[in-house]
Amino acid sequence: MTDHDSAYEGLVDADSHDQWAFGTSFDDPLAGVDTTLAPGIDGTDLAKYCLMLGDDALITAQRLAQWSTRAPELEEEVALANIGLDYLGQARLLLARAAAADSTVVPVLPDGSPIPAEDALAFFRGEPEFRNVRLVELDNGDFACTIVRLLVFSTYRLAQLHHLRSSRDPVLAAVASKGVKEVTYHRDYAARWLVTLAGGTDESRRRTEAAIRRVWPFVFELFEAHPVEQRLAAAGAGVDLSTLRAEFDSVLAQVFHAAELPEPPGAKATSVGGRAGRDGIHTEAMGYILAELQSVARAHPMGRW
Amino acid sequence: MTDNSIDAQWPLYEVFVRGKRGLNHVHVGSLHAADDEMALRHARDVYTRRNEGVSIWVVRSNSIVASSPKEKDPFFAPSGDKVYRHPTFYEIPDNVPHM
Repeated sequence: MTDHDSAYEGLVDADSHDQWAFGTSFDDPLAGVDTTLAPGIDGTDLAKYCLMLGDDALITAQRLAQWSTRAPELEEEVALANIGLDYLGQARLLLARAAAADSTVVPVLPDGSPIPAEDALAFFRGEPEFRNVRLVELDNGDFACTIVRLLVFSTYRLAQLHHLRSSRDPVLAAVASKGVKEVTYHRDYAARWLVTLAGGTDESRRRTEAAIRRVWPFVFELFEAHPVEQRLAAAGAGVDLSTLRAEFDSVLAQVFHAAELPEPPGAKATSVGGRAGRDGIHTEAMGYILAELQSVARAHPMGRW
Repeated sequence: MTDNSIDAQWPLYEVFVRGKRGLNHVHVGSLHAADDEMALRHARDVYTRRNEGVSIWVVRSNSIVASSPKEKDPFFAPSGDKVYRHPTFYEIPDNVPHM
């Protein structure tokens, strides 16, 4: 029988908690997962690699969360928040994997602190310890800028996750399998909006082209393999970034063609002595992001959340 | 204003979601979207984020023809005393589902 008093009554099964996608409690995210290292994979390298992937997701989530209460439409606000939460979920698993692979990456907290390892990594590392690419730090700017940044990141991320599904690290493979479904939607969302904005009004087109000029100098960095990434790729646990560029370019060429946008510019943002996000060298935006992300947790190192 | 001017508000859509165990699409609410495809995606984002749905319908609100509250009596009152129209005088076999 359907209860017509509540529209949701017919949708949820009252006997189960299946509607809570993540359950109703927050226990160890890797509970019951075998975190033993496969032979030939270095724990220190794997931890750093998971921090790179996890920090990309964490900072993206933080940037998208900043749209809450500020998005142009209520529906877009929910969409951006959903996408941010998907990345937050990926970050949580990846940071937990980093801590399990090499506990020395986890910041030391006062004795008796109840803060789990993945939270310690998110809230108690300093800027130079963050391994995300600089692209994800960029200011949200206007809606077009956020869409262009999201399109670039989700295209890159989806290509990475596709390959990571066959990683020799079972945890990375599992995170990737779950993430592919999420990021496929993110890329679709961003690509549709790019086409809409580019083909909309003169103003939306002008803003879209400005956003591409703003974001593109940070694209090259996504494919500059750090030695850790090279070693993990050679060990069969990570992705060989050189194989991703063609896939990335062909996807974006399709979207740009549909949007009738010219080929993106080839400009590159400067790095510092050849070092960039993966080495802990960030843009000036990063400090502000971390201040907002971390200040409450840092004020209460014994806090329980 | 130029020819590029847009309406201040996107058109309204009604959203129907079918749950995992549900047999029918159920009306869950409404939303604004610029076109049909966007409405479907907005519905996914706004109404299925807690794992409620396996299928979504959206339809422009102005495409729905609704009965008027003024017609309530002529429409619905005559069926109020026709108890013999209910199939309650039969035993329903246990293996007939969804009755």
